Amino acid sequence: MAKPMHDTYPLIRDAGLTGMLVTFAPHLSEPANRAALAFRTAVEAETWAGVEETATTLASVFVRFDPLRLDHDSLRDRLAALAGSGNWLAAPLPHGRKLWRIPVAIGGEDGPQFLDAAQAAGLDPDQARTEIAAARVRVLTIGYAPGQPYLGELPEHWNIPRLTKLNPKVPGGSLVVAIRQLIIFAGPSPTGWHHVGQTAFECFRPGSDNPFALTPGDEVTFREITPAELADIRATDHGGNGGATCEVLP
Amino acid sequence: MSRGLIVHRAGPGTSVQDRGRTGYLDEGLSASGAADLMALHEGAALLGQPPEFAALELAGMGGIFEVTEDMRIALTGAPMQASIEGDRIAWNASHLLHRGMRLSLGGAAGGNYSYLHPGGGIATDPFLRSRSAHLVARVGAPVAEGETLPVGPDAGGSTGLTLDIADRFAGGTARIIASVQTGQFDAETLARLEATAFARDPRGNRMGARMSFDGAPFAAEGQLNILSEMVVPGDIQVTGDGTPFVLLGECQTTGGYPRIGTVIPPDIPLIAQARAGEPIRFRFIPRAEALATHRAWQAHLAALPGAARPLIRNPHDIPDLLSYQLIDGVISGEEEEKA
Repeated sequence: MAKPMHDTYPLIRDAGLTGMLVTFAPHLSEPANRAALAFRTAVEAETWAGVEETATTLASVFVRFDPLRLDHDSLRDRLAALAGSGNWLAAPLPHGRKLWRIPVAIGGEDGPQFLDAAQAAGLDPDQARTEIAAARVRVLTIGYAPGQPYLGELPEHWNIPRLTKLNPKVPGGSLVVAIRQLIIFAGPSPTGWHHVGQTAFECFRPGSDNPFALTPGDEVTFREITPAELADIRATDHGGNGGATCEVLP
Repeated sequence: MSRGLIVHRAGPGTSVQDRGRTGYLDEGLSASGAADLMALHEGAALLGQPPEFAALELAGMGGIFEVTEDMRIALTGAPMQASIEGDRIAWNASHLLHRGMRLSLGGAAGGNYSYLHPGGGIATDPFLRSRSAHLVARVGAPVAEGETLPVGPDAGGSTGLTLDIADRFAGGTARIIASVQTGQFDAETLARLEATAFARDPRGNRMGARMSFDGAPFAAEGQLNILSEMVVPGDIQVTGDGTPFVLLGECQTTGGYPRIGTVIPPDIPLIAQARAGEPIRFRFIPRAEALATHRAWQAHLAALPGAARPLIRNPHDIPDLLSYQLIDGVISGEEEEKA
């Protein structure tokens, strides 16, 4: 098997006996993520018998299938033909995406590693605060935990490494940053990312009819609030949105 | 009182499980589902009901149960000592449990996951079309002592049936195929993976099972630079310290560790059921052989309902059910594949 660095993209690989992975780039980039979003939509539209589920990751599309109904070679051929049918790196973003504005308290007790993260990014605290609040980022993928978004990409100076020592526990709704991405944690979790802020946004709402708030491709921006405002939101907004607003993008 | 299964006593890892909740990988939710899917099918076959029905999964510890009305039940998976009001009853079998009588299940002698199937299936409210708890994702909750679980209507049928089953409760060899990053491990490392006598490590749960071993860590080239990518149950991730870790149904949806191979679906129950210290080996097989094995396994599961047969002896006469006398010497279709 050839090593990815020598492969040509899009790269189609088996993932277990019942999965296939179409990867658009060896590293995350905005076009590769956009290609994955568009290609997944195209695979879904094909409604191939035997395909059971599709999903995107940062730069790939995963296809889960029943190999007893659709054999590997046929699926690979179809995916290769579809991948070769256009320039997916230039594909437009899918329709029906949403823009979320999510209130966040930054720094202090709500973001104990904010100052370290700002320093690592080479910014003074006010600049860092402004940049996080004003960032308009895309849900690059959802994963690891249900509903949990990986948001990006931030400007290059936010390419800060993960912590060498794990942060034992951050609360659900916490905003963390590393490697030009932000995550809003779906639930309490250990993390190697810098905990810079706190939202009251619930990414996953088990028991609700709409348990997943965000969809890959959605856009997110933040609104900085005070700890008192965060407490107020927690006391009054029980729907899970944590004071966030949402509109459908044209 | 409505039809229900009363849980008087149960261990901490007791949960309601069906075949899992598929279709939500894009939203970060893995399927979960019974850790031993074969046991779920076996119980359904013993009761003549669909394998989609939900059962109670017991993680190593037994319990005491009662029913609100006479009910057919089946017991499958890791064999436990089972009795009704003190009278021993057979494992891998269906029984009639009368209202007011206590079913006691003792700790399993081998394996990790045992199943109690009520006729009609457990009828808790589904979430996203499945009743499976996914405890890591905060879907559902462990079953609590004192709880009464609703049970669906039973279409009826016989009891006193048993099944000859494939022994999968003491470790063994898991067949694996190449995975996304297998090519990033050199030939020597792949050969060593097959040659190593692993033991299931105590660190493991429904998310996955860590393998312990003697020898050098298993390392990929460029291990630190792998883009976080979709993972599937059966994937053997090599963690930062070079230890293989086999993912199971409640795994995270994505992972950044390289995967050296993937355990094929028919052999995942063997990994899930192996106890700490029990031997595990891995053997690469070609994809064509893996597909043939998978096909045979699916056929085996589909044929289970026709394989249920009457318990030929009174269970009181069987000296020790836990010595696998019910299954010794029996060759299933799956075992033939392994031979």
